[in-house]
Amino acid sequence: MSTKLFTYNFIDTPIHRLSGLTKLIAFLFLTFAVMFSYDIRVVLLVMAFSLWVMRLAKIKFSQIRLMVIYVAVFLITNTVITFFFSPEEGVKIYGTRHEIFHIIGPYTLTVEQLFYQTTKLFKYASVIPLGICFLLTTNPSEFASALNGVGVHYKAAYAVSLTLRYFPDIQREYRNISLSQQARGLDISHKAKFTTRVKNALLIIIPLVFSTLDRIELISNAMDLRGFGKHRKRSWYSRKKFTKGDVFALVLSAAIFAGTICVSVFINHGRFYNPFI
Amino acid sequence: MKEYFKVTTRTIVATGLGAALFMLLFMYVKVPSPIPETSLQTAYGLGAFFAVLFGPIAGALIAFIGHALSDALQYGSPWWSWVIASGVCGFSYGLAYTKTGVEDGNFKGKSIVIFNIIQIVGNVIAWVIVAPVLDIIIYKEPVNLVFTQGIVAALMNSVTVAIIGTLLLVAYSATKTQKGSLDKE
Repeated sequence: MSTKLFTYNFIDTPIHRLSGLTKLIAFLFLTFAVMFSYDIRVVLLVMAFSLWVMRLAKIKFSQIRLMVIYVAVFLITNTVITFFFSPEEGVKIYGTRHEIFHIIGPYTLTVEQLFYQTTKLFKYASVIPLGICFLLTTNPSEFASALNGVGVHYKAAYAVSLTLRYFPDIQREYRNISLSQQARGLDISHKAKFTTRVKNALLIIIPLVFSTLDRIELISNAMDLRGFGKHRKRSWYSRKKFTKGDVFALVLSAAIFAGTICVSVFINHGRFYNPFI
Repeated sequence: MKEYFKVTTRTIVATGLGAALFMLLFMYVKVPSPIPETSLQTAYGLGAFFAVLFGPIAGALIAFIGHALSDALQYGSPWWSWVIASGVCGFSYGLAYTKTGVEDGNFKGKSIVIFNIIQIVGNVIAWVIVAPVLDIIIYKEPVNLVFTQGIVAALMNSVTVAIIGTLLLVAYSATKTQKGSLDKE
C-alpha cells in the first residue's frame, strides 16, 4: 500500500527541464516506434537509447524496484503462455523451420520460435524505461496541460488531472476503511470462502463509493461557481515555455520514429525482420 | 439521445474521481477466484456503477483513464489494446444510463435484467472482439492465445459486474426516494 503516485521530485537534469508536452510527445513517438517494429536491431537501439535517457535523468534503482518486479513477472508469464498456446508462431512468421530439440507432444523448440520470443521479450521490455522516465520526471500538474497540448479536449485533460489530484486522498480513505473493517474480522484473502470474499470486498467498496459520490457533488459545485467549462479553451498555470532542449528532444524522437518506419518499409518489407531467408 | 452525451461539470468531476477509484480497485482490490491465476477485477463493477449513473462518456473515460494510469504505475507503460477495450466496455455499460430508473429508487426486477443484458453484451464486444483484434494489429500476438484470454476476461468481467455492479446500484437506489411515494392528503 505504500506505492506513491508519481514519486516525482525535482532534480536539475536535462530531462527534468524539458516541458511536459515535449516528454509526452517523445514518449508517444518512441513507444509507437517499438510497438510497430518487430526488428530486434531497432528494438535494441531504442532500448539502449531509453536506458541512456534514464541515466541522464538520474533515476535510482530503488525508485523503480517494485515496477521492475511486476514487469518481470508479466514478461515471464507472457513468454510461457505464448509458447504454450502457439509453439509454431515463429515458423509461421518466418517461413522456415530449424528444429533444436523435441520437447513433448506438439511442442518442439525451433530457432524461429526462440528468435520470435526473444524479439518480443525485448520489445516489451524496451518500453518500460521510457514509461518510467516519463512518470518520474513529469510534474503531475503539468501532465494535464501536456495532454491538452497534444489535442485532448481540456475537459478530458482536467478529468485526468482530477484523478491524479484525488488518488492519494482516496487511497488514504481506502486504507482507513479497509483497516477498520479488517479489525472487525473481515477477510478478502485466500483463507475466506469465495462468496464471503466477494461480500467482504463489497463492504469495503460501498462506504468508499458513497463518500466519493458526496465529494463529486461538492467539487462540481465549487467548480461551477468558479465558471469551469464556460469557454472553449483554457490556459494552464503550470505550462512551461519551449526551449532549445525541447526542440532537440522532439526532433530526435521524431527521427527515431521515422527511422523505424523506414527500416520496416524499405529494408524488412514488413514489420518483421527475417534473418532466416 | 442527446442527454446521453451531455458533458457537464458534474460529469467531468465524476470522471476524475471515478477514475481514481477505478485505479485504486484495479490495483488493490482483486478478489482471487476459484480458477487459479485469475481474479475478479472489482474495478469493472465500480466502472459499470459510475457509467449507469453518469452516462457513456463518463463510463468510457473512467475505465480508459483508470486502466491506463494503473498500468503505467505498475508496469511503466500502458498495454494499449486492453486499455482501449476497457474504454469500449465502459462506454457500453453507460448505455444503461437513464434506462434503469436507478435515480428514482426503482432499480428492481426488470431494471436489473436490462442492466445485466447491456453489460454482458458490452463485455463480449470489448473483450472477445476489440481487445484480441487490437492485440493482433498492434502487438502481433498469436491468434488463439489472445482469443482465449479475451473469452476468459469477458466471462470474469461479466460475473464481476453482475455481482458488484448490480449490488452497488441496488444499494444506491435504496437511498433515493421513489417516484410517486408521496400522497396528497
